[in-house]
Amino acid sequence: MKPLIEARALTKAYGFTFALRKLDLTVLRGEWVALLGANGSGKSTLLRLLTGLSRPTAGTLTIGGWEIPREAEAMRAQLGVVSHKPLLYETLTARENLRFFARMYHLPKDSAEERITALLSRVGLSRRGNDLVRTYSRGMQQRLSIARALLHNPDILLLDEPHTGLDRDGAALLDTILQEAHADKRTILMATHELERAAALATRIVILSRGTLVYDAPAAGFDGERLAAQYAAVSNELKAASNE
Amino acid sequence: MKTPFFKAVIAIVRKDMQAELRSRELLSSMGMFALLSILIFSFALQLDIVARQEVVGGVLWVTVVFASILGLNRSMATEREGSSFDALLLAPVDRAAVFFGKLGGNFIFTLTVGVLLLPLMSLLYNIVLLNGYLLATLTLGTLGFSITGTLLATMTVQTRARESLLPILMLPIALPVLLASVNASSGILRAAPLGDWFAWLQILGAVDVIYLALCYLLFGYVIEE
Repeated sequence: MKPLIEARALTKAYGFTFALRKLDLTVLRGEWVALLGANGSGKSTLLRLLTGLSRPTAGTLTIGGWEIPREAEAMRAQLGVVSHKPLLYETLTARENLRFFARMYHLPKDSAEERITALLSRVGLSRRGNDLVRTYSRGMQQRLSIARALLHNPDILLLDEPHTGLDRDGAALLDTILQEAHADKRTILMATHELERAAALATRIVILSRGTLVYDAPAAGFDGERLAAQYAAVSNELKAASNE
Repeated sequence: MKTPFFKAVIAIVRKDMQAELRSRELLSSMGMFALLSILIFSFALQLDIVARQEVVGGVLWVTVVFASILGLNRSMATEREGSSFDALLLAPVDRAAVFFGKLGGNFIFTLTVGVLLLPLMSLLYNIVLLNGYLLATLTLGTLGFSITGTLLATMTVQTRARESLLPILMLPIALPVLLASVNASSGILRAAPLGDWFAWLQILGAVDVIYLALCYLLFGYVIEE
């Protein structure tokens, strides 16, 4: 099976600091990959490279056969992105935000209105749909951000700490929405620090450390505790190696 | 599927209008600054009619330029708040559509302030500024500032010293626009023969076209980190 996402010797440097070093990663259609790693390990950089918002310093990256960032424009319609930042306009209402992004994704007007109403209801914001985003709590903004990412029915979801700011109910709702998307054969890459959640939801665990891939295995058989133990073992091995 | 170019441009302009109609942050700050500037100039420059005809063009452009800088900074800062600019760049639209969309909004806001200044300045300086040629100069000059300003504000908004950096970068680059605008305006206000100042209007048009082409080509590079 041809991989949907393929990174070969992917490198990203900011000046003399390497955020990613010769990373090789392939992701198949329908996989749910949990990207784990300490702060600064390269998770967000990898996701940013995948969106085409950042250029690799070296190496190649393809998504669905499109070379990124050269052909990123064509690929973007397939991407839904949720970040720890809301990516919304605070001076517009929730509905106006979604209408704007529907236009930017060239969704037909009538079906866009239906989809906006359905998504606002799905994320529990129907009653606040005509309120300005600046009046929303952080958790509500994150819910709206999820609706924005799903608006155009993307094939690939790139999630950078998507549970940030969500309360228990919000986090559970996001998990359910993501599980539905995964059941619908969407491919998901999720950077997170929540090991338990990663073990429960993802089909594959990838751990990054200092810009390199240090662990890659199916998530089957992992629970939160086992994953935490595995994560600690990998971290300790790396510490020992760097001390030598 | 890629979003059609003009659909994306119109969506961005419409979004900026919608946000501004609600918050009135941009037009109120630009308008208040412009009003205060022309009031201060009118008190400071107690001139006779001939001297006034000479300097009013300069006063108009100094006011428009600084009001536009104020607006440009705010317009791009709005995009950076909540990282909404990233969301804009994630859409399947041509980068140039993002540039033209932002340019459209900035141009409309600055031109609105400039056009509102004309009757006010006519009253304060006792000179008729409501003139077709002056309106054309104002439109072309404002377009020139908005073109360079949109590109440079996109760059400077990513820096900590954005408020001071934008005028420092913009004024030297927009100098040909300013020079042509002031000379054309002064000629029009002095009621000089067409041949004396029309070349400045042509130069202004040419500079706008050159800057538009350059900024269109450079925008893609500017928005990359």
